[in-house]
Formats: sequence, structure tokens, C-alpha cells
Amino acid sequence: MAVAIETSGLRKSFGEIEALRGVDLSVEAGTVLGLLGPNGAGKTTAVRILTTLLPPDGGSASVAGLDVVAEAPRLRAKIGLAGQHAAIDENLSGFENLEMVGRLYHLGRKRAGERARDLLDQFDLVDAADRLAHTYSGGMSRRLDLAAALVASPPVIFLDEPTTGLDPRSRQALWTAIEERVAEGTTVLLTTQYLDEADRLADSIAVIDHGRVIAKGTSDELKSRIGGDRLEIVLEEDGSPEAAQRALAATLIEPPTIEGRHLHAPIRERRGAIAEAVRLLDAEGIPVEDVAIRRPTLDDVFIALTGRAAEVEQDEDSEEAA
Amino acid sequence: MRHAIADVLLLGKRNLLRFRRSPEMVIGFLVQPVMFILLFVYVLGGAIQTPGLDYVDFLMPGIIVQTIAFGGFVTAIALAEDLKKGLIDRFRSLPIARSAVLAGRTVSDVVTNTVSLAVMLAVGLAIGFSFNANVLEIVGGIVLLLMMGYAFSWIFALLGLSSSTPEAAQQVGFIIIFPLTFASSAFVPIDSMPSWLQAFATVNPFTVIVDAMRALWLGTPAGNSIWGAVAWSVGLIAIFAPIATWRYKTTVSG
Repeated sequence: MAVAIETSGLRKSFGEIEALRGVDLSVEAGTVLGLLGPNGAGKTTAVRILTTLLPPDGGSASVAGLDVVAEAPRLRAKIGLAGQHAAIDENLSGFENLEMVGRLYHLGRKRAGERARDLLDQFDLVDAADRLAHTYSGGMSRRLDLAAALVASPPVIFLDEPTTGLDPRSRQALWTAIEERVAEGTTVLLTTQYLDEADRLADSIAVIDHGRVIAKGTSDELKSRIGGDRLEIVLEEDGSPEAAQRALAATLIEPPTIEGRHLHAPIRERRGAIAEAVRLLDAEGIPVEDVAIRRPTLDDVFIALTGRAAEVEQDEDSEEAA
Repeated sequence: MRHAIADVLLLGKRNLLRFRRSPEMVIGFLVQPVMFILLFVYVLGGAIQTPGLDYVDFLMPGIIVQTIAFGGFVTAIALAEDLKKGLIDRFRSLPIARSAVLAGRTVSDVVTNTVSLAVMLAVGLAIGFSFNANVLEIVGGIVLLLMMGYAFSWIFALLGLSSSTPEAAQQVGFIIIFPLTFASSAFVPIDSMPSWLQAFATVNPFTVIVDAMRALWLGTPAGNSIWGAVAWSVGLIAIFAPIATWRYKTTVSG
């Protein structure tokens, strides 16, 4: 399969700050790469280099087979960008916004108008099509912004934290729209701090931190790197965690970790695990409030890889400001 | 090339639609200069001595130069807004010329400056302003004004692209350029000023341009003012258009 986005040893500094310190990425055409990382990790800088907004200091990058520096003008016809801001003109209507962007992609007036109508329909903005965009809600502005990135049906689209600050319904709508594009063969690079978003949309994930890719793989591969399913037990107030730990030790790969009234441990086999745990605890007369098996989430992956949670301080605007 | 011109016109049209949509901008743009003309002529005019000329004749070239120079102000504010909202990022990711957005902006300023010039002239003529010039001189003055306005649009473009917020662009533009227009021959004869200010006002480009306009429209002695005004306008464009374009090419939203 063809490679739609490729970077090799990509570096970029802003003064003293090294935003990217040698990033290698490869995205096959028609797939979604989730670029995951905390604020300031270098996600936005990577997107800006790939969309020709910033020149790299070192390394190379190509999109749709075109070099981001040497072939930037031709490359721009092949990409759509939805950045962190809803980049729309509030003094134009929704339709006018999309038509203008379509015409700047040189679709021609007629085709740009048709595409604008189609997208307004797809993004549930038909009723608001002729209203000025400054009357739009945050979710509507975001949807219009994403529609603008899609107007020319570019083969590669870049979405920089597309659902930050959106209500759940708008998030779902955006996710569906992105999935439809991918089904049609569009390649997507998506940055996000939301692990569920990467889990839902991304075929492959690259975790980036301090300007380096620290892990790559599918969501399942990343999760299996930190172990499989986990058994989680919550004891009632008067249950002894130490007694529970002893009771369970024989059946588990390793003794469960105690955190207050909570115990958790990795397990080999889901089947029967809960029944077995309950039986053992019941035999010792240890009262149990809750028993569950939890799959590791990308949050667990992220904490394991970076030593901290993904959704750190909501310091969006200052990210990589340079 | 075909695309390049179409892109500029499309972006220029976008800028002009803004006026249709916000009546308060039209008021700022057209009503404010008319208000100043009336205040200067009827409130201050009686106290200002302008030997050889009626004050309304003396004032009109000056206040028109000031207004047209400020015509590009909307460019500074609009570009600062576009930058803040991420629209500049979007435009820079599109397959259009690197100069298209700024060219669209400055060209639409020429259109709005032409409208505001027509309104001011109409008001001026209604309250007693009269040309002492032939058609060629009148048209030459109009061309010079629009060229000067175009030059200032590029300065404002650079200001807008260098400002953290639209409000900052507004403040800086107002604080730097507004006093410059007053410390010139625009509103009062220079020899009524203290001598240290006269020295500055004499070399102030606004004085050169206002004197050129009076020479063209009122038949006052031109000296070197007309060529000086052309040189200033061309020079400002030659300096600020490349700097603003460079700034556009390298600026990303915060």
C-alpha cells in the first residue's frame, strides 16, 4: 500500500526549545494515524510542518509523495487542514465560508457551491447555511471548520485536536464524518489528547512526548505492551485487603496490588476469573463490594509510557507558541 | 496566473462583504470623517488663521489625507483577527499565492478608500470647498491619494500580522500614526507651531503629501512636494510590501 505521509528524523526548534527531536512517522494511504501526546509534546509543530506552515530545521517529510519544503505549492492542493482554532470567517455565512475555501482550492464557482451545499448537509448545518458564522455555537463552528478542510476532497487531511472543547453530540458527528472520509480512501493524521478518540478513530497510534515518538502501534498493540486484562476488586469497609491478597495469590500470575480497599492484578484468562475470585474470597469470609475485569485503556498506556496522564493542564493556547 | 488574480479578487470581495454585514464599521468609516470635517470647519476653523485660503479649502486636502492614510486601519485589525482565529493558518495551507491574502486586503482598502474619498469630497463641496485646478490636477490628486493610502495599507498589514490581538493593533496604530498626522500641515499652518515642532513637521511625510494635494487641488506652490509625495508612497510600498509578505509567510497563529 502507498505511503501517504512520511517523516524521517524531523527536527524543529524554537529558540532554546526543541519541539521535535527526530520524529519518524509513516502513514499508509487510506488509514488514520493518531498522534497522541500531552500539551507541548510537539504534535502541533508536526502538523504545521506537514501542512507547510513551518519549515523543518532538519530531517525530511513528504505528504502525498510531495516534499513539504521543495514541493510545498503542489502539496497544498492535496491537503486539508483543520487546526486547533475554528478557522472560519465570522462575517460570512456558513455557505460563503465553504464556497470561498472551495474556490481558493480552484474548484470553480459552480463546483465549489455544490461541494459547499453537500458538506453543509453532511454536517447538519443546512438550516444555518445562510446565517453569518458569528451566530454559530462552538460545535457548529467546529463542524464548519472541518467541512472547510474537506471541501476539495483532498487525499490527506490533518486534524489538530478537532474535538477539543466539543459537546459529546458534536464529537460523535465529527467522528462519523471522519470515518466516512476514511472509508472513501482519505488519509487522516489526527492529533488528540483524548485517548478514547484515538482508540475509536486511529488505525495506528504514535505516542509523542518531548518531541520524540516514544511508542508506535495499533491501539491493541500498545495496550498489550502494558499487560492484558486486569482483575479489580473492591472490598467492603470491614474486609481485610491483606487477607484478600493471600486468598487470591494462588490463582493469579502475581499477587494483587493493594490501594486502600481496592486490589488489582493482571490475569491470564478472562473466563471464570470473576467466579474464581469471588469463590476464594467467600471461602475466607472476606466481604466484597465489587469485582470486575477491566481492559487496559489508552490512558493506562499513556501513564505507563510517559509517567503522567495525557490530559494535563488545559494550557491549549500556549502550546508551542513560538 | 489566471488563478492568482481570481484569488486576490475573491479575497478582496470577502473583505468588502464585511462592511455590508457590520453597519457599525460603515459608520466608523464614513460618518467619522464627515463629523471631523464639520467639527474642524465650524468649531475650530474660525480660530485658525490660514493666510490666502479659506479654512475649508485649507482643511479638505489635509483631512482627506489623514482619513485615507487611516483607511488601511481596517487591514491591521482584520489581519490580527484572522491570525488570532487561525484563518491565516488555513489560507497558508491552501494552494494560493503567498501574496494573495495581503494583496486582497490592500486592494479592498483601495475600494473603501475610494468610497470614503467620494463621500468626503461631496461633503466638502457642499460646505464651500472649491477646487482651483484643472481636471488633470484633480484626477492626479485622487491618484496620489489612493497610492498613498495603498502604501499605508502595507504598513497596517505588517502591524496587523505583528500584533498579538486586534485590540493591540488598534492601539499601536492609533498611538503611532494619529499624532503624526497632526504634527503636519494637515490642520494648521506649520509656522503657527513651536519651532522644535516645525522642524519635525517640515520633514513629516504627511506634510509633504498634504502640500502636494494643496498644490494639485488649490494651486498653491508645489515646490518638490508632488514628487516627494510620489517618492514617499512608492518608497513605503517598496519597503513594507516585502516585509509584510515575509511576515505573512512565516507567521503562525499563537
